[in-house]
Amino acid sequence: MRAPLSWLAEYVDLPGDATPESVMAELVKVGLEEEGAHRFELSGPIVVGQVLEFTPEEQSNGKTIRWCQVRVAPEGQKAADGGDDVRGIVCGAGNFEVGDKVVVCLPGAVLPGNFEIAARKTYGHVSDGMMASARELTLSDDHAGIIRLHELGLDPKVGTDVFEVLSLNESAAEVNVTPDRGYCFSIRGIAREYAHATKQVFRDPKSNAFLVHGEGFDLKVDDQAPIRDRQGCVRFVARVVKGVDPTRPTPPWMVARLKMAGMRSISLVVDITNYVMLELGQPTHAYDFDKLTGGITVRRAMAGETLKTLDGQVRKLDPEDLLITDQSGPIGLAGVMGGESTEVSDSTVNVLVEAACFEPVTIARSARRHKLPSEASKRFERGVDPMMADNAAARVVQLLEVHALGEANSLGAEFKLPIEAKPIWLPLDFATELVGVEYTAEEITATLHEIGCVVATVADGFEVVPPTWRPDITHKTDLVEEIARITGYDRIPSRIPVAPPGRGLTKRQKLRRLIVNALAASGHTEVLTYPFLGAEANSWFTSESQPKATLANALQGDAAQMRCDILPGLLEATKRNISRGLVNLAIFEEGAVFLPQAKVAASSLMPVGNRLPSDQDLQQLQALIPNQPRHLAAVFTGARRSQQVGLAAEQYDYRDAIQVARIAAQAVGLELFLKQASPKGFHPGRTAELLVLGAHGQVSIGFAGELDPKLAKDTDLPRGTAAVELDLEKLYAAAPDVQTASEITVMPAATQDLSLEVDLGVPAAQVLEAIVEGAGNLLENAVLVDDYRGANMSEGKKSLTFALRFRAADRTLTQVEASESRDAAVAKANQLFGATLRA
Amino acid sequence: MSEQIEITQNSVDSALAEALAAVAGASDLTALRALRSTVVGESSKLSLLNAQIKSLPNDAKAQAGAMVGKARAALNEAFGVKEAVFAEQEERAKLAAESVDVTAAAAPIKFGARHPLSLLQDQISDVFIGMGWEIAEGPEIEHEWFNFDALNFDADHPARAMQDTFFVDPVESHLVLRTHTSPVQVRSMLEREVPIYVLCPGRVFRTDELDATHTPVFHQVEGLAIDKGLTMAELKGTLEHFARIMFGPDAKIRLRPSFFPFTEPSAELDVWHPGAKGGARWVEWGGCGMVNPNVLMAAGIDPEEYSGFAFGMGIERTLMFRNDVKDMHDMVEADVRFSEQFGLVL
Repeated sequence: MRAPLSWLAEYVDLPGDATPESVMAELVKVGLEEEGAHRFELSGPIVVGQVLEFTPEEQSNGKTIRWCQVRVAPEGQKAADGGDDVRGIVCGAGNFEVGDKVVVCLPGAVLPGNFEIAARKTYGHVSDGMMASARELTLSDDHAGIIRLHELGLDPKVGTDVFEVLSLNESAAEVNVTPDRGYCFSIRGIAREYAHATKQVFRDPKSNAFLVHGEGFDLKVDDQAPIRDRQGCVRFVARVVKGVDPTRPTPPWMVARLKMAGMRSISLVVDITNYVMLELGQPTHAYDFDKLTGGITVRRAMAGETLKTLDGQVRKLDPEDLLITDQSGPIGLAGVMGGESTEVSDSTVNVLVEAACFEPVTIARSARRHKLPSEASKRFERGVDPMMADNAAARVVQLLEVHALGEANSLGAEFKLPIEAKPIWLPLDFATELVGVEYTAEEITATLHEIGCVVATVADGFEVVPPTWRPDITHKTDLVEEIARITGYDRIPSRIPVAPPGRGLTKRQKLRRLIVNALAASGHTEVLTYPFLGAEANSWFTSESQPKATLANALQGDAAQMRCDILPGLLEATKRNISRGLVNLAIFEEGAVFLPQAKVAASSLMPVGNRLPSDQDLQQLQALIPNQPRHLAAVFTGARRSQQVGLAAEQYDYRDAIQVARIAAQAVGLELFLKQASPKGFHPGRTAELLVLGAHGQVSIGFAGELDPKLAKDTDLPRGTAAVELDLEKLYAAAPDVQTASEITVMPAATQDLSLEVDLGVPAAQVLEAIVEGAGNLLENAVLVDDYRGANMSEGKKSLTFALRFRAADRTLTQVEASESRDAAVAKANQLFGATLRA
Repeated sequence: MSEQIEITQNSVDSALAEALAAVAGASDLTALRALRSTVVGESSKLSLLNAQIKSLPNDAKAQAGAMVGKARAALNEAFGVKEAVFAEQEERAKLAAESVDVTAAAAPIKFGARHPLSLLQDQISDVFIGMGWEIAEGPEIEHEWFNFDALNFDADHPARAMQDTFFVDPVESHLVLRTHTSPVQVRSMLEREVPIYVLCPGRVFRTDELDATHTPVFHQVEGLAIDKGLTMAELKGTLEHFARIMFGPDAKIRLRPSFFPFTEPSAELDVWHPGAKGGARWVEWGGCGMVNPNVLMAAGIDPEEYSGFAFGMGIERTLMFRNDVKDMHDMVEADVRFSEQFGLVL
């Protein structure tokens, strides 16, 4: 809301040197946050001039300019810029006559856009100033000609400062109004809050005009389908004003205030209704009385009805829409926008003024349904003071009489539902208990009075009836906020509460940190990507049959699915980095993926707020929420190590991807097992399934390997790019709560190397497992050190060499014992895989 | 048997002098070691003299032994000193030969980095863990009831429209991308026993286009405390403590009245940031307030018995003014240079 300062000052005293900034600084104390200051972007000498004579001169470009002599100061006096009293000015407009008083921007004046006026040569003359149009002064969009002051009903003396004549010194403070404070969308509300902030006296603008008796207009309010049992129309006041002259100018001070309040001047009658809405917060509407067909009925829409709103759009109405209708049908969407058929125009003579109060939910839904967030709907959605309809109607009538020269008529009608005053019980100590400030009973009473409450002191507390403009106050805590806010949040002391002894991070939280820190410490860089994917990318690694969560209102239609895997986003990030010249990458991300158990479907389950749902409802709610396990993914491309002094370059490959899984497993106390695999999105021969040993056997946690070369090509990534993605939830579930120690024996070890010949297709990991199993408990450690194929090998065979370390817990192991153990290992490998010892 | 020399002071001195001269004349360690057998070893003159002692009459043995022993000790010492000098010289030469330009040392292993947004969440979590709080988490696709209704957002209230929500298709599924971490507060209240002191960091979503100060995917951290007798004073104390740890001992906080559906009274939170770029100043940091009784009731907590406070702030925003990040793009584009400039600390 923007509050023009001169307007505000009518209802609360401002200091003489008040600026938008100083006003905002006060308002923020009571909860209205600064949004910005507004001023006319004009400066310098802009004065009233009078055209003394002009000569039309046709130009070679076909345009006719007028070479004018304009008096800009009383005869014999210096002009505002220190220059002569009569100036020669070239003017392109042709809408003025000799003798007209006009707005002259003298050299030194600056217009919006930093447009500086100076004497300059144009069309063969030195033009010593500029005569301004309304648009050039940002007063309206009118650029048909220059301003002729008499058309605005003005006849100021030549040389007078135009800033005063046209109220161009007006400025406004803009504050952000939170959704609970609908009443602050008015000068009335802002003035009240300013009074609270500065402890000045508030003068209620509702007293500007009082409604006189009216009757005889046919008005029916007939809401047959209230939403949530609340009648859509609470108040409706109609009054007729006859004989208006809608072509009269809107007074300049009103134009300036509207402009500073952020509204365009349109026509006198419309300006007046807007002015009253801004002043009182009560939206009002003016109908061309002679275009009405019979009386007015307020009702819900019927199926199939349409309405052409003021913006020229034909709107299909919904049975929930509340309408203003006459015998011709709908003539307005209640509280949102009027209809075109009864719009006031230059030929309007008689006006029907409406000031009504509509129920917030009805208006909110209509405004949203028709995507019509109007100034009126904005106010009704947040709640309009139902007691303001009379005053607003009266104020419009008053202004129409004064400025449009109309005459108030006794024809009118009123509809008023009773306003219920529900007292709120506020225990004496409640505010202190919630805020931590010792408030006295006097302080509480005075504060609540100040905001307009009726307060009755009863035993141990108060009965408080909030003012009609505060529909947000429904509970005792709402009253406490008012007390705390008005007396100042700076009074609140500071105390640190003592929480009960905490248990620290959960196992899952600790393990997550260990993993990401271990990865970061071992050369991997964490990045974050958006979880939005296109349908195609979301199936690179996941089956098409996996149900997807799709956004109904994605920002980009081609990225509307919630990711099933982190990798597609990470590949995109890889590409972006490469395009920025960062080609050696080991990036990882830890985050949620979204795996609905079934196709996402409509559900009617919607418990009400502010009440604990049944256990059954809560369980059902939980069941509706898709699985969202956290995954870990990484991508590698380029050099693991670039060439350096004494070190050759090394390229990342599938092994780095597998190593991520090893680090993650190691970080949480697990050993990683590998199986040859060929999942979607990966190179069929260079990919491992990742397994860990959980409480119930081996658990598959994901895949690591080289990216499918075709996918790499399609995504513009280098062939050989390696990737890994694993399900952290499974890893966490398998991780031991407590690690059990093995005895560290100090007896000497015996080491032996073992080379076995096996078929090419036998996985080394399984041979190693066989060795470990066969060797028994004397084998302390076994590592694959070589995989040899080629020369000297039989066709279809390879040689695997393992380094074995044997140790006994209680004695020095003899070579014989070690060899026996080794032979047992060979026997096992032979039994399982036909492995033979290589000489 | 070699020639016998009589063991006299003269003969011993002469043998010693001869040996010492030989040791002194050695030019390097190799030459010195080559002397070992001739001047120190069994075939050296002093050794021969020594060997003769056993054949002397018993009454002469002691005197001769002392003479020869003294000389041998002197020789051994001289030899040892000379050997140590040469060894030292040799080691020095070796070290000189082994010297490398350490300023050109290669980095065998590359450094990695955490993303500062996730690092900051960990760092903030630690502040509250230190106060005995616990960390709570919840799903990012959330049911509307948890995201709005239970938090006192009426279906038709403008506050709900202001949230710019991403809806999961079909909209009637009532699933949304959580617009704040506040649904985790509701979950915490449902799952835990009072008193509750939890911090909820996490990723949230709103339909804002990415620009220098907005992103549709961002992070928040919210705190929730439910206990007997909590007031805004405890809220303020908690925030002040938090601010000091994040921004230094001179940090302070300021509350301004505001509105959130899930708190009443509500406040905007400003922090006095002593280290702000361009000078200490107040910075808008987040929102807070006393938990609205409707929210407590939705979670089955009796608002007549318990009260609570809640607060929340944006992680991106905090990172922006705490660590002088100027553009939101840097935080969301996954450019490794952004993470790597921070490494493992903020």
